[in-house]
Amino acid sequence: MNTTGVAGEDRQDFTTRENKAIRARSIALLGLLVRPHRARFGWTAVMVVASTAAQVAGPLLIAWGIDVGLPAAVDRGNFTPILFIVAAFIATGICAAGFLASYTRLSISMSQDILVALRRRIFKHTQRLSLEFHERYTSGRIIARQTSDIDTLGELLSGGLSNLVAGLLFLVFTAVALVSIDPQSGIALAVALIPIVAVTLWFSNASRREFRASRIYSTRLIIQFVESMTGIRAVKAFRREALDRETYAAKVEDYREATRRTIHVFGIYDPALKVIGTLTVAAVLLLGSFRVIEGTLEVGALLAVVLYTRRFFGPIENLAMFYNSFQSASSALEKISGFLEERPSVVEPLNPEPFDATKGNIVATDVSFAYSAGNPVLPTFSLEIAGGQTVALVGATGAGKSTLAKLIARFYDPTDGAITIDGRDLTTIGDADFRRAVTLVTQEAYLFTGSIADNIRLGKTDATDDEVVAAARAVGAHDFITALPDGYDTDVNKRGSRISAGQRQLVSFCRAFIANPRVLILDEATASLDIPSERLIQSALQKLLTNRTAIIIAHRLSTVAIADRVLVMDHGVIVEDGPTEELLRGSGRFSTLHRAWRESLA
Amino acid sequence: MPTVDIEASPRIGAIRGLARVLPFAGRDTFGLVAGMGISLISSGLALGIPIALEALVDGPLRGNDPSLVWPAVGLIAVLGLFEALFIYLRRVTVLTPGTRIDSRIRNAMYDHLQNLPVSFHDKWQSGQLLSRAHTDVSLIRRWVSFGVVMLVGNSIAIVLGIGILFTWSPTLAILFLICSIPMFVFGSRFRNRFAGLSRAAQDQWGDVATSVEESVHGIRVLRSFGRGGDSLSRFAERASHGRQLEVVKGNARATLGFWLVWIPDFALAACLLVGVWLASEGDLTTGQLFAFFATAAVLASPIESVGYLLALTLEAQSGLDRIYEIFDRENTITSPAAPIVPVRSAGSLVFDDVHYRHEGGDGPVRDVLNGVSLEILPGETMAVVGATGSGKTVLTALPARLYDVTSGRILLDGVDIRDMSLDTLRTRIAMAFEDATLFSDTVRNNVLLGRHDLVSAPESDSDAVLSQALSIAEAEFVYDLPDGVDTVIGEQGLSLSGGQRQRLALARAIAAAPEVLVLDDPLSALDVETEARVEAALRKVLSTTTALVVAHRPSTVMLADRVALLDKGRIAAVGTHSELLATSAVYRHLISSLSDEPIDVDDEGSVA
Repeated sequence: MNTTGVAGEDRQDFTTRENKAIRARSIALLGLLVRPHRARFGWTAVMVVASTAAQVAGPLLIAWGIDVGLPAAVDRGNFTPILFIVAAFIATGICAAGFLASYTRLSISMSQDILVALRRRIFKHTQRLSLEFHERYTSGRIIARQTSDIDTLGELLSGGLSNLVAGLLFLVFTAVALVSIDPQSGIALAVALIPIVAVTLWFSNASRREFRASRIYSTRLIIQFVESMTGIRAVKAFRREALDRETYAAKVEDYREATRRTIHVFGIYDPALKVIGTLTVAAVLLLGSFRVIEGTLEVGALLAVVLYTRRFFGPIENLAMFYNSFQSASSALEKISGFLEERPSVVEPLNPEPFDATKGNIVATDVSFAYSAGNPVLPTFSLEIAGGQTVALVGATGAGKSTLAKLIARFYDPTDGAITIDGRDLTTIGDADFRRAVTLVTQEAYLFTGSIADNIRLGKTDATDDEVVAAARAVGAHDFITALPDGYDTDVNKRGSRISAGQRQLVSFCRAFIANPRVLILDEATASLDIPSERLIQSALQKLLTNRTAIIIAHRLSTVAIADRVLVMDHGVIVEDGPTEELLRGSGRFSTLHRAWRESLA
Repeated sequence: MPTVDIEASPRIGAIRGLARVLPFAGRDTFGLVAGMGISLISSGLALGIPIALEALVDGPLRGNDPSLVWPAVGLIAVLGLFEALFIYLRRVTVLTPGTRIDSRIRNAMYDHLQNLPVSFHDKWQSGQLLSRAHTDVSLIRRWVSFGVVMLVGNSIAIVLGIGILFTWSPTLAILFLICSIPMFVFGSRFRNRFAGLSRAAQDQWGDVATSVEESVHGIRVLRSFGRGGDSLSRFAERASHGRQLEVVKGNARATLGFWLVWIPDFALAACLLVGVWLASEGDLTTGQLFAFFATAAVLASPIESVGYLLALTLEAQSGLDRIYEIFDRENTITSPAAPIVPVRSAGSLVFDDVHYRHEGGDGPVRDVLNGVSLEILPGETMAVVGATGSGKTVLTALPARLYDVTSGRILLDGVDIRDMSLDTLRTRIAMAFEDATLFSDTVRNNVLLGRHDLVSAPESDSDAVLSQALSIAEAEFVYDLPDGVDTVIGEQGLSLSGGQRQRLALARAIAAAPEVLVLDDPLSALDVETEARVEAALRKVLSTTTALVVAHRPSTVMLADRVALLDKGRIAAVGTHSELLATSAVYRHLISSLSDEPIDVDDEGSVA
């Protein structure tokens, strides 16, 4: 089965080979993210070493205090050794705490930098992926990648990496210190490693399974949440609350059970390590006690050995915690790396030659388009639209008009054939240059959080206030905007709810107007407007479109008033093509359509 | 550096937080309390180990008695094993209650959000809501099932441990305590600072989630204008602000961590010096000194963990604040305590001096609807015509109580709609919106959204309703989709064309078989031919159904028996299409598109 990209996102039953591939992909991503921070990572490690060394010295100094300082003071009244030892103890304490604070700071800023870089990468990738991808992958999933998956990774990076380094070093230091004091105890410790490895292997497999399930359920939860909240009007109007609550509760229960399992797996692993630790301490104590009685081991040394053995298991628990969050994060990384592995089907060329549309001449040669093989939406066709021409695209819903518009606007690439603008193949033009030349205005006039003016500026980011107002005046949006509470500074709130669909279309027209592209494509961009607004836009368009290429899709055939040429489409095929006047006078589909439309106005 | 209003941050803390979690705990409270008890036992056992060690050092080791070594070591091993057992028991005991509380908060939150009125949702982006309903809730779960239990367990362990220190040597214990006092100072300083920071960071991540949501929902616009880069930099700016807050938070934690490690270390150093002096004076045995430090070593990790636990508590606290901000929102649109069911179900709809003003829209802003009075007779189809922004969309949202009137009333079959249960009301009134909201579900489920009665009905029944609605709305194209009516259409039906989505939304309203249909410009995205066919079919439905139809085009107006002209928030005129054409200049201006059309080849039908 396929696990490339987001294909295996909802599966839990991977084969060993698939597991390996997915894991490799996640680790590669993690490496890529951490690589730029190697230097800081190194510094963090150095400070961790320093802090750990200082902390390990603690028990050693106490042991010395008891073994050397105490007899000197008690037997000889000599306080010099203990004073030295205490001074050293204070100094190491400062070092331990100081380095600890420094590496905490360093590792937090490093992990936050990594996370921001990853967020950016996902965001950028989201924008690069083709509309085809977005049409099947829901926004909820992308939000899940950007929120709960990133959070999970954040837990690993902020606490985990320093946990790992500190834990490992602590382990090594402690082991070395232990062996140097008493090699026999070192043997006990070495034996203890065998069961430690065994339970860790078990944990590794069990937790990977559970965390993966937990990611899947959490994503499902987020998808439903986002959809319910964005579609709240429909939810209420059709009384879906109770049913949605049930389905949500079922998803919450799945998620709860998955979460419970992930915690439970760790809940077994952690005390299991504790048991191994206790038995090891007991063994060390047993071995040591007899030697103390025999007189071959100092009491202070025994204390140090016992403390070290106990401390040895402290970092092991840290490592266990690191491993736990690593498992959790890698299941999130699996999803993220899969998402990033998706290749956009519309690709921006590498190092494109600069492009500046001069005429806006569009030529499609032997172009065909299909979403899936053998199911052509647009069978092979050729088309030439001369620069400056205004073309009306007419036909029944589903005839392929929008698809044609989206091909010219490069939302999709043709399955076969090529489209050129002023002689340049669209696929060879850089995105910024292309979007400056060609703009598509669709029926869904989405408004973003921010002011009306911000939304208009989307068409031209550096537009002055005067330009914004001029654009609004030109398309007849000025009056309604100034009637809003804060005029052009009015916040449009969520999805522009207070702004009606017609008003949103006007704002969207302002954007197109201010963007001033060489080729303008309007796909049902006036559908929600009332007739006077539409009339205003028509006259604004007439001015705007002189010397510009325009393709206009509108069911209201009033648009043809400003068109030089009409294309009639039916089932993906252009069935009529000619100057507006000519087609109107003829007896073809267009003249029939136009007559029907005029009758509908009566 | 981000500024944070520290004064506004709530004071601790754990108790107040618990009080707010308890309503969701129910019988699981017992599990949590049991977990704390068990955690105490395991801490007690951990503290018992140094005592046993002391006994070993001062007993068999001093007395050179090998026979006692085995039992002493055995005791230590048993204590350790029990400690592990109780750690396991604590986790298991707390596990299910913790996750259950988490689920209850999630469900309650979702439920509450679904019930909050549309006007609330107009102002809150789903990203912000998600960060509360998901991220904050998870945080609270971690705090409840881990943080609280550990905080209680560790605090008691620290107190107990200090008590044990007293038994070894009161002098040293007091010294240890005095040296530890600065920790409280740094702790409370941290608390004040961190609470505000954590709130600011959580809000910021909510905004980041909103940016993500918008960038996906608005992707077509961004793509069209090539604004992906700008939206990326805006997003990156928000994310960097979040990063900045996290770094400041981390630094605060690092500073606290410094003191929590160093102060006990310093205290121990002082104790070592004084302890050796006491021993030299003969006031302390070696075993006691040994045990004192062994106990103090056990205390180091609970003391150090206080920093993490405190931070977690504060984060959970501000998470709870954020969640309660939602819970505290009152649902203003509710069913009355004693709902009235209209005796008749004829479908008469009356607007009586209806005013509507957007929430928070005070000051110079005029009412969107400013005294609308309109009567729609049973079975009548009333078209509403008005300029863009005249309040048509609000008018259509009022009968189903998506918004409530600011003043005035709306009567359905003679009963004020606020006196009816929402369920009755919304069963009787179905809507098709100007934005065709579809869900990522099958065509069938999308169209039958309002037919809860068909959920458990035989498929043949639902098929009949489905195919009829699809045929009236001219939406038979769905049968050509890969899995027919069982095809899962993408979220918001993004792979469908505007016209196709609109027809599905229309089919949904028709399938609901309501008494009153409210259609907001239902045919705007249809081509002329399809529109004509839909209209012909709709006429049959509308002959028996009361309907309120927002219309922009004469063809849609033709569906109606009468037309109401909405102008500046009032009904300026009511009459048939031809009456209004004859009497109202505003109406003519709004509805006659041919008046100044340049290529007016022949003059028929023009109403200049």
